[in-house]
Amino acid sequence: MNSAPGLPTVEAIVIGASAGGVEALLNILTPLREGFLLPIIVVLHLPDERRSHLAEVFARRVSMPVLDAGDKTSIAPGTLYFATPGYHLSVEQDRSFSLSLEDRVHHSRPAIDYLFESAADAYGPALAAVLLTGANRDGASGLAQVKHRGGLTVVQDPDEAQVATMPKAALDLHQPDHILTIRGIGRLLVELERIAC
Amino acid sequence: MEKNTEIELRLLIEAIYLKYSYDFRDYSGASIKRRVAHALGQFECATISALQEKVLHDPTAFMQLLQLLTIPVSEMFRDPSHFLAIRKEVVPLLRTYPSIKIWIAGCSTGEEVYSMAILLREEGLLDRTIIYATDINPRSLDKAKQGIFSMENVRAYTANYQQAGGQRSFADYYTAAYGYAIFDKSLCENVTFADHSLATDSVFSETQLVSCRNVLIYFNKKLQDRAFGLFHESLCHRGFLVLGSKETPDFSAYGKQFEPLVKHERIYRKS
Repeated sequence: MNSAPGLPTVEAIVIGASAGGVEALLNILTPLREGFLLPIIVVLHLPDERRSHLAEVFARRVSMPVLDAGDKTSIAPGTLYFATPGYHLSVEQDRSFSLSLEDRVHHSRPAIDYLFESAADAYGPALAAVLLTGANRDGASGLAQVKHRGGLTVVQDPDEAQVATMPKAALDLHQPDHILTIRGIGRLLVELERIAC
Repeated sequence: MEKNTEIELRLLIEAIYLKYSYDFRDYSGASIKRRVAHALGQFECATISALQEKVLHDPTAFMQLLQLLTIPVSEMFRDPSHFLAIRKEVVPLLRTYPSIKIWIAGCSTGEEVYSMAILLREEGLLDRTIIYATDINPRSLDKAKQGIFSMENVRAYTANYQQAGGQRSFADYYTAAYGYAIFDKSLCENVTFADHSLATDSVFSETQLVSCRNVLIYFNKKLQDRAFGLFHESLCHRGFLVLGSKETPDFSAYGKQFEPLVKHERIYRKS
């Protein structure tokens, strides 16, 4: 479980987080340099799903452009996307977004599984998926699917996670490529981008 | 997508189109794939090919699959601020027409229809309005016609109704019995429920307002363009188009043909 050797060339990064996720995400994303070129797509569960200011909160803190993932918009490099509260978010084969109001998955909409599974289909081995702190089991099967399609999988170290349920659920289901602290995940993203560009 | 799954999925969608004329070929792929995967469990089929064989030879099985492929998730006065904006910004202009025709496209089980009818009644416009409520799913249309909704849901709709500028008690519009709310039949006196597909059918009437909410997100760009084309053709000069909270004509081939009236509430006007 070391860095540079053996890291694949990826074209996108997907991240899932729930309870404790805002802080974890800020710690990972804030240090990323201006001009970071890989797209990062995030599903973050929020208690109130009707209104969110996630994009605004993060836009003030990170150097990448931040957008809500809009239906049928193409995924642009170097952009941080957030799933719209209340809708599932998927990546289509042509690497654009689709939204959906299908039933909740693990009581969640957006669901991490929904994003991860569709992104695994769209990107195959050219995807890195990161699962962070959270209090439910969402994301575990999506992460396993990313692995199954040859993508790179990363789980936050449960000992460090604010809430360990979600990382542990993922570890129960499959052995990820990396189990890392927030600092380690940040470094890995930097390394992935260096290799990709 | 894994090659076999991709091939099987395409064959299933093609078989459904050839046999039953339901056209899912230009639906958003990720969502269709999920729903078909879910259907495999329901039908106890090991592969999509097995499911295809079943629905190709058994129309009843196809009708069951159709329920899983369409998404009957709806609520009355969903996004209350949207309906409040219709009341404030659209109704005063609708009022200028001697008679009004409204098309609710993809009406599912009728929640949008009853919401619109109640709003129009309170604004004194329902008597001179004809509403066409269309969907591809005959079972959803039947349910919409019946106007029976579970009380559990109606409690949530009541809060929506009040936030949407409702002027009465929501209970005035239904009779509660055995955990269900049966909506006032007179709301639907001028409603025509009809089978219509945005993927394969054409325009059937000139309208002043088209409401199509949370339907287009299930279409790819090509099919979205087709739907916007139908709405554009159906709408009268300066007619209104109202969409779901994350839908927009901006990136479609018809981006220039619609202008926002209340942009954040997804209320547009034919340019």
